[in-house]
Amino acid sequence: MALQSLDIKARSATTTPSPAVRGEAIKVAKLIDISKCIGCKACQVACMEWNDLRDEVGTNAGTYDNPRDLTDQSWTVMRFAEVEVQAGKLEWLIRKDGCMHCADPGCLKACPAPGAIVQYTNGIVDFHEENCIGCGYCITGCPFNIPRISKKDGKAYKCTLCSDRVAVGMEPACVKTCPTGAILFGSKDDMIHHAEGRITDLKERGYQNAGLYDPSGVGGTHVMYVLQHADQPGLYNNLPKDPHISPMVSLWKGVTKPLASFALGLAVFAGFFHYVTSGPNEVKDEEHTS
Amino acid sequence: MQVTRRQFFKICAAGVSGSSLAVLGFSPTDALAEVRTFKLARTTETRNTCPYCSVGCGILIYSLGDKSKNAPAEIIHIEGDPDHPVNRGTLCPKGAGLLDFVQSPSRLKHPEYRAPGAKEWKRISWDEAFTRIAKLMKDDRDKNFIAKNDKGDTVNRWVSTGMLAASASSNETGYLTHKIARSLGMLAFDNQARV
Amino acid sequence: MTNHWVDIKNTDLVLIMGGNAAEAHPCGFKWVTEAKAHRKAKLIVVDPRFTRSAAVADFYAPIRAGTDIAFLGGLINYLLINDKIQHEYVKNYTDFSFLVKEEYGFEDGIFTGYNAEKRSYDKSTWGYQIGKDGFVLTDPSLENPRCVYRMMKAHYSRYTPDMVSTICGTPKDAFLKICAMAAETSAPNKAMTIMYALGWTQHSQGTQMIRTAAMVQLLLGNIGVAGGGMNALRGHSNIQGLTDLGLLSNLLPGYMTLPSDAEQDYKTYIEKRAFKPMRPGQMSYWQNYGKFFVSTMKAWYGDAATAENNWAYDWLPKLDKGYDILQVFENMNNGSVNGYICQGFNPLAAAPCKVKVSGSLAKLKFLVTIDPLATETSEFWQNHGEYNDVDPTKIATEVFRLPSTCFAEEDGSLVSSSRVLQWHWKAAEPPGDALGDQEILAGIFLKVRELYKKDGGAFPDPILNLTWKHRQPYSPSPEELAKEFSGRALKEVTDPKDATKVLVKAGEQINGFGELRDDGSTACGCWIFAGCWSEKGNLMARRDNSDPYGIGQTLNWAFAWPANRRILYNRASCDPSGKPYDPKRKVIGWDAGVGKWTGSDIPDFKADSAPEEGMNPFIMNPEGVARFFAIDKMAEGPFPEHYEPMESPLLNNPLHPKNDQARANPAARVFKGDWVTFGKPDKFPYVCTTYRLTEHFHFWTKHVKTSAIIQPEQFVEMGEELAKEKGIKSGDHVRVKSNRGFIVAVAVVTKRVPTLNVGGKKVHTVGVPIHWGFMGLAKNGYITNSLTPFVGDANTQTPEFKAFIVNIEKV
Repeated sequence: MALQSLDIKARSATTTPSPAVRGEAIKVAKLIDISKCIGCKACQVACMEWNDLRDEVGTNAGTYDNPRDLTDQSWTVMRFAEVEVQAGKLEWLIRKDGCMHCADPGCLKACPAPGAIVQYTNGIVDFHEENCIGCGYCITGCPFNIPRISKKDGKAYKCTLCSDRVAVGMEPACVKTCPTGAILFGSKDDMIHHAEGRITDLKERGYQNAGLYDPSGVGGTHVMYVLQHADQPGLYNNLPKDPHISPMVSLWKGVTKPLASFALGLAVFAGFFHYVTSGPNEVKDEEHTS
Repeated sequence: MQVTRRQFFKICAAGVSGSSLAVLGFSPTDALAEVRTFKLARTTETRNTCPYCSVGCGILIYSLGDKSKNAPAEIIHIEGDPDHPVNRGTLCPKGAGLLDFVQSPSRLKHPEYRAPGAKEWKRISWDEAFTRIAKLMKDDRDKNFIAKNDKGDTVNRWVSTGMLAASASSNETGYLTHKIARSLGMLAFDNQARV
Repeated sequence: MTNHWVDIKNTDLVLIMGGNAAEAHPCGFKWVTEAKAHRKAKLIVVDPRFTRSAAVADFYAPIRAGTDIAFLGGLINYLLINDKIQHEYVKNYTDFSFLVKEEYGFEDGIFTGYNAEKRSYDKSTWGYQIGKDGFVLTDPSLENPRCVYRMMKAHYSRYTPDMVSTICGTPKDAFLKICAMAAETSAPNKAMTIMYALGWTQHSQGTQMIRTAAMVQLLLGNIGVAGGGMNALRGHSNIQGLTDLGLLSNLLPGYMTLPSDAEQDYKTYIEKRAFKPMRPGQMSYWQNYGKFFVSTMKAWYGDAATAENNWAYDWLPKLDKGYDILQVFENMNNGSVNGYICQGFNPLAAAPCKVKVSGSLAKLKFLVTIDPLATETSEFWQNHGEYNDVDPTKIATEVFRLPSTCFAEEDGSLVSSSRVLQWHWKAAEPPGDALGDQEILAGIFLKVRELYKKDGGAFPDPILNLTWKHRQPYSPSPEELAKEFSGRALKEVTDPKDATKVLVKAGEQINGFGELRDDGSTACGCWIFAGCWSEKGNLMARRDNSDPYGIGQTLNWAFAWPANRRILYNRASCDPSGKPYDPKRKVIGWDAGVGKWTGSDIPDFKADSAPEEGMNPFIMNPEGVARFFAIDKMAEGPFPEHYEPMESPLLNNPLHPKNDQARANPAARVFKGDWVTFGKPDKFPYVCTTYRLTEHFHFWTKHVKTSAIIQPEQFVEMGEELAKEKGIKSGDHVRVKSNRGFIVAVAVVTKRVPTLNVGGKKVHTVGVPIHWGFMGLAKNGYITNSLTPFVGDANTQTPEFKAFIVNIEKV
């Protein structure tokens, strides 16, 4: 049986229930083993190439990080950190950043546009830009700061876990290309099993706190990390220790939505357009110099 | 729960604009869900080798069309060959971006000539190029060929024209290059292995 | 590579030194991660920088650039002192017991026979003692003080852990830890692999660095075994193949060598190369040199190469000296070169000392570039502002820029680092009017030939008689050329033991170099590739990846030279009685039942020579064994000795502090005018090393959008301490200067470039990636080789890109 499924589990801002009679699809997952990652950025290129994205040729800001942040054209980036957990023992921790495909996706919950965000029963959380209204609310809903609004079309973009490849039985482009096998793809159960083996190996090599990152605060994720220092996810360019969906999402659901429905005005429109063009998540320089 | 004033404004703005757009009639269509169409479906697959380093990774080149007469192949995607025993489908960042090498705007399309002192290239035909180069080579060879050294030993060398051979050309090209270079008596002949 | 990429998975310990496999060969490096995952192998990285390879290593140690011989010599000393060697292996398969000439000596850094004026050695004393029977004298008891074992032990006794630390700046405990880890692989069933690349070749003493490492591997018994070997990771996709095909100034195909002026007589030329065995019962495979040579000449000159004209021996150009790229640019600079053809080669960016290269190119009458991309070399005459500040009106060179196809637009074969010849297929037509390389070569050559035919000229014979039996003369096909270098029988070839047994019929493709003859009955363009296209078809195109023994040999995938063999010297994986040292990783073994060597690989040996016959595994050496003592094969001495890089932060060699002659490599060639271009540490106090990044490939991928996006702009790396001293922050622009030029780039201040304590002196390193230039899609930048010195390795003349000195300042 193929790993993929187009069966829908949830759609944003949609009250009609999703079809539910088919049996449980196999949950897929991507496992990123940071202890095997050499930061070569092949995953970044494979992602760009497969998804027909080309970011701007930027500049060097004094680090290896390039592009410097996720954008509508860069759905995954490598984040480099030089740390000394043990004095005198340098470690170069390189984390592939991108959508975590949460089991409980904050973006989907927050999204006001019907069907702009879809969660398939295999676990993939996908954006359907034709339905996206560009409000950026998914960004507020995301505990990992992933979606980006395009300046070109005002819509939100992020990693699809190559839903088009998975739908025909292939692995995501980044997984396939990874030279060292630091990125794996399969059923979530298999990935957890594989991670256990990796963690045992890391412990034997002296990483006592090695562990799996599959945070329960978002219901677990379909993109997981093997971390050498699972007790300190913050070492990996501020990977959140205990991510939760932003309280603002429930605020939206409870207060803002009805309030906003009555308050239609030009000023608000202006705010919206400013919001779309500038984006809500400008990244500050200091985040990159760690 | 911490929501700053600025964030609150943004929440409202976003909420309002999203809803208001719907009110204004920009309502999205029914929430259908379909993934992007798989782009390789009936493309032509050609097996090749990555031209960069010496790992020699197998690659699959995907081109539009089925090679029928009226549809010249256009390369649209390249990824690793899963059957290849060394790379097993993987590619490094350079290999994964090979499409952009094939399609690079720096690819040369026509023979060009730059005259002494000129500031610009001039497009020329292949025949013009070959004729002029052959003449320059022969003139130099005829003038500077050393049949015998000072001691009278037969040495048959031509060292006033040199050649640097490629590092990524095929064995077939390399073999032909070597054959030609030595037949002319060339010694100032090297390849990238040296550097 | 003696072994191959997939074989790395069979190792117990990986030493990456003189290279950065994760960065430069990521997909091959995967086999390191496989060995770690499945054999619990450990990875050691020794490098001036904490590299991408170091990021996933079990142990990293820093080293000062250019001091690897000291480190490895120290390792040899450790293994000998602590007796951590594979005894049976070294005793039987190396020259341990061979006696060295009494006249040979070594004093204060200089070997016997040195001529300071010529900067070269008379090597006549660097040899073995020869007995009356013509064979080398040995002392199996290893008691004789002139035996190689004792001589080597004495030579490296000076390389103490303290001396290593003093020279290399490697902390002593880190050095000793690595020694202990490597020493474990002296167990017969343990293997270490060494992976290196240009981090060892690009030094004025690079070849000797590699030799020292090979000596370590021999002491540990790690050559010829699965998971072992000396694994050179070649830089380009077919640089292995182009070297195999002999495209270097002094070579012929298959590592045959061109004659020198003095070799006027054909017979003497052959005899000098067809080495006779130096020990009884040894194979000395080069005895067949004549067969390879004659077959090449038949491939090139066909019927015109006859026994009467010594197979057109006189048609080959004779060498009065080497014409390596540095020598040629020196000549060009002196005005004695008029024309230059750059086929897929960008010397303005790739050769050292840009100012010299640029000035030399401007003295040419004509330059031809053949390339799919617009290279810097093709526009050396064009003003590109600060990055190439020249005046075109003052440059009189005629320049041709010919567009060629790229990999996707041609059929053909490439040789990977694993020595595997792999066929690839054309996927699309080239852009515009671009032509294939073979068509371009044919276009030029056939025009030249036409002119000689019509007008005559200097010595036209080889030009007029060069074989050119192509069905489309202006478009020689890859199939035709591949068949030509693989070889065919011109007349019937029979079994030398039984003349009635026909091995190959006239006109058929041969099966391997064993069928080559020196009587003109075979033609083969490159003997080591022989059999890659036999009557069975194109073996390079085979795609069966099955691996019946589970150790990754895949013998039916493409074709490996020589003879489809995957691990070289594999006889050495067995003990003298023919039993594998590690049955779990059996490469080959003696099968007495069938009277043959069998296993997962093609034996690198006489297939039916029983162990008791006493033939030794290193069949290409006339000794039959591997050499610790290099006799006269190396330019600077039979045992590697540490010398400082030509430019170094130290004013003397800590091993020979009082002998200035032994500061840097005494046999490295330096052109007269270049001495003044070397800097001194008072003005240029920092070590500089240049290298690749994984995001880019040489000077190609700045033309590639994806690579330009992920690594857009030129930068240099330095440690935090140096940056602090100089008031430099990450992201600042800095100027790096050598005595030859400067570059300006963004500073990346990092913990990954450690400051070293070298004999009590602080030594900082500045790292400079090579990839930028004034053409392409990435941000334009300076050519890194503006900085590098115009000096090469004493044996290969590979430029010293990896260790020189600079200064740095904030702009």
